[in-house]
Amino acid sequence: MADTANTPASSLSVQDMILALHAYWGAKGCLILQPYDMRMGAGTFHPATTLRALGPQPWNAAYVQPSRRPTDGRYGENPNRLQHYYQYQVIMKPSPPDLQALYLGSLAAIGIDPLLHDIRFVEDDWESPTLGAWGLGWEVWCDGMEVTQFTYFQQMGGFDCKPVAGELTYGLERLAMYIQGVDNVYDLRFNDHGVSYGDVFLENERQMSTWNFEVADTETLFEGFRRAEAECRKALDAKVPIAAYEQAIEASHLFNLLQARGVISVQERASYMGRVRDLARGSCEGYMEKYRPEWEAKFPGWTA
Amino acid sequence: MSPMTTNADFLLELRSEEIPARMQAGARADLEKLFRREMEAAGLAVGALTVWSTPRRLTLIARGLPLATEAVREETKGPRTSAPEQALEGFLRKTGLTKDQLTERDGVWFAVVEKPGRAAADVLAEAIPAIIRAFPWPKSQRWGAASLQPDSLRWVRPLSGIVALLGGEVVHCEIGGISSGRTTMGHRFHHSGEIVIEGVEDYAAKLRDAHVIVDHAEREGIVREGARKAAADAGLVLVEDEGLVIENAGLTEWPVPLLGRFDEAFLEVPPEVIQLTARVNQKYFICRDSAGKLANAFVCTANIAAHDGGAMIVAGNRKVLAARLSDARFFWEQDRKTLLSVHAEKLGRITFHEKLGTVADKVARVAKLAEWLASEGIVRDCDPAQARLAAELCKADLVTEMVGEFPELQGLMGGYYARAEGLPDAVADAIRDHYKPVGQGDDVPSAPVTVAVALADKLDTLAGFFAIDEKPTGSKDPFALRRAALGVIQILLAGKVRCNLTAVLRGAIASVFASVLDRAIAGDVNFAIYIEKIGKVQPHPALPTDEFTARIADFTAELGDFEIKLEPYSELALEFLRTAPTVVANTPAALVAFFADRLKVQQREAGVRHDLIDAVFALGSEDDLVRLLARVHALQAFVGTEDGVNLLAGYKRAANILKKEAYAPLAADYEPEPAEAALAASLDAAEPRAETAVAAEDFTAAMAALATLRAPIDAFFESVTVNDADPAKRAGRLGLLDRFRAAVHKVADFSRIEG
Repeated sequence: MADTANTPASSLSVQDMILALHAYWGAKGCLILQPYDMRMGAGTFHPATTLRALGPQPWNAAYVQPSRRPTDGRYGENPNRLQHYYQYQVIMKPSPPDLQALYLGSLAAIGIDPLLHDIRFVEDDWESPTLGAWGLGWEVWCDGMEVTQFTYFQQMGGFDCKPVAGELTYGLERLAMYIQGVDNVYDLRFNDHGVSYGDVFLENERQMSTWNFEVADTETLFEGFRRAEAECRKALDAKVPIAAYEQAIEASHLFNLLQARGVISVQERASYMGRVRDLARGSCEGYMEKYRPEWEAKFPGWTA
Repeated sequence: MSPMTTNADFLLELRSEEIPARMQAGARADLEKLFRREMEAAGLAVGALTVWSTPRRLTLIARGLPLATEAVREETKGPRTSAPEQALEGFLRKTGLTKDQLTERDGVWFAVVEKPGRAAADVLAEAIPAIIRAFPWPKSQRWGAASLQPDSLRWVRPLSGIVALLGGEVVHCEIGGISSGRTTMGHRFHHSGEIVIEGVEDYAAKLRDAHVIVDHAEREGIVREGARKAAADAGLVLVEDEGLVIENAGLTEWPVPLLGRFDEAFLEVPPEVIQLTARVNQKYFICRDSAGKLANAFVCTANIAAHDGGAMIVAGNRKVLAARLSDARFFWEQDRKTLLSVHAEKLGRITFHEKLGTVADKVARVAKLAEWLASEGIVRDCDPAQARLAAELCKADLVTEMVGEFPELQGLMGGYYARAEGLPDAVADAIRDHYKPVGQGDDVPSAPVTVAVALADKLDTLAGFFAIDEKPTGSKDPFALRRAALGVIQILLAGKVRCNLTAVLRGAIASVFASVLDRAIAGDVNFAIYIEKIGKVQPHPALPTDEFTARIADFTAELGDFEIKLEPYSELALEFLRTAPTVVANTPAALVAFFADRLKVQQREAGVRHDLIDAVFALGSEDDLVRLLARVHALQAFVGTEDGVNLLAGYKRAANILKKEAYAPLAADYEPEPAEAALAASLDAAEPRAETAVAAEDFTAAMAALATLRAPIDAFFESVTVNDADPAKRAGRLGLLDRFRAAVHKVADFSRIEG
């Protein structure tokens, strides 16, 4: 790789960076999936990570997941904060022995020279009480900036991961800003034909911030939360845990919107989070329950 | 190895994915401990060990390890050959041998077991997996295909390789699918491919060639010196930070300190904020200019010797720091747009403790108490209004953006914001320093307003948690009450703040009840209606205890069983209020005892005897810590003198007699013996002298008065029989001893003094 690959002029556009990652991880045996068609807070929520982390069967996948964090909205005025951004997510189960090397290879593939840039694995353990999940790993630093969360899942939905999956979550905008050498996310080159990130998303950020913070009807959101909760339980009773999990995702996002509207008090917050957690965990349990006989037959000696 | 060799050097390297920097020192100690334990159990003598760590490896070197354990011959004596058959059978069963394996000597059976020496390589081959399995990482994980099984190997991060060489030969072992060998890896980016290690001699050098400095102490030196030099080269002085040195050495195998600059405009943010942002978030050092002011420079530690000399690394880090600092500056600007008094309104949303209400409730109590401490003159030269104002604002920074981001800055930011909005310095200082002292080494506040707020805050915490029976037990002290009590002690003693602690604590406890009641009334209509009917109690620190107790007792007597539905908090409040009379009666004494314990711990370092502190506390009347300690000091000086030792002996003798002998005081209707009369006369003289001295707080003089009793009490025991046949004499003499004991107790309870 030539050193000049790091100069902004020849650096990858946002879309080429995604394509380079797809090509890289596809060649390493990952399925290249498309984003899940629901609103969610992080790539980890995608069933291809949450549900597929359960059980013994191998699973390797990579995808971009648009992630929504309503409270991070800044009406397009902050150069670093967005209520909608992209995560690039890789999950490999079981975690391969050379996962760190594979990861570093992906950085090289998007133009980061590790003898010019200081790449570091800094302790950062991950926990999602909502998903009943935790893992050990690092945040990966590039010249002091966190560019990826690297986690070995130990539990998901309250179940021990057997086997353990390795999860990589790249913050695409941050990485792109780094590679392209820009200070404002809206200045990113989205492609090499004159379209910027701002051209694509600035107006979206403005309008969605307004809706998230000011317009969204809170009664509708509360009602939506209650319906998603009821629907999730119905789906669990009907033994369709994937459908139940979708409702858990929905409830989780509605809760985030209610938070952004500032209508959930500190005391209520814990209770809402507990309700979302129950839905997510219940879905994971339902999923385990459904496939347990099949997995036990295929993997002698394996137990949930 | 020649056959003559009996010792060899052993090298163990456990390679893994990046070990958290903060765990490496502990891991080195654990590796040494476990290795010694295993070797000792196997009977292999271990000399000095060298243990090193990098983010990717733990290394242990044992020089001159014996190549084999000693052979052992164990002999067990059995029955005589002439003994009955059953005895022999029992012995064979016990030893697991057959008769022809026994040895006969002088008509006795012996079982002889020869245990040959074991090869050290065999011992190590078993020990290495055992050490790995037993390794006590603070957090560990499973990984990879093997983790399909629930009992798969756990390590801090995936274990990736083992080098085990004894005298240059591989010690073969296998764990979790990893086999030991002689190959290792160099620096992640500066080296590729495997490195073959011959043994202890070439290990560190070969790694150095591959850009790995395996000795953590050497890396720490490079970071320390390199950071200093980078600053000096820029004409600046590094702000030393040994924690950062160790952390950066734990994050790198080839550390390269680099200096970068940030925009000078950021220097308008308080320097503590810049330092914290740089240190906590980015692990950077900061620098000062020659005048001692914070400079617009940072030193980061890279893990590579970059092709471009680090220019791009510095540029990248600078950008990250700039983003962090602009966040900090944004918070700094944002927070100052709102007055602290407005921020403080949000404290009502933060729960302090389920039973003790919100932080706003706590602040209201602290304000009342601080004002009272000032207006009563307990804290001298303190403006009560300033004390109240400072207390009302002291927690407001908890809801600011800056403290939300950096909780360590609580207090400090409040001080900055108070000054920025033009509040008096005394108030701003009090807000800044009211958490102090935090532990023994910390500065103890002395400015009056600060003293009032710092005391009130801590006393309220202590009173509140003791009132709801959340006392520290054993090693558990979740609300840091020991630290709070120690803080109170330090402030009282350093500032010679005089108060009767019991009364102050009673006032603080009364305030807790008042505030719980207020909150329940404010938050619950039904409760408010009910209270309206009974009439509200209004406890206040200034309210005499008896009156408070009486009022609250009347009040709680009226609290019947509610028929109406109450809010959860009111239920708690009601339950709590019912305990009020008991709590107010008992808690101050429990708290004073807690203070006595803390005082003993605190004074131990100063060489003050704990039994003497007990002796003064046991008087029950002394709870002014300043005076109490003066008394203890005088007492300690006195019991070190000959007079003191003898008086104590006389006291103990008198106390023992009085304990054994029941007596009723009788009019002394007999001719006293000379020594009796002399003791009585001495008491007549000493009692008023001691009393006057105590009243004047001249405890040395009080001790001197007691000292005059030493000769008379010795003479009394020398020549007078207490247990006389004449009941009148007996009673009179016991009465005299009782008087002597009482005179001593005016100064301290000598029965608590050891020795």
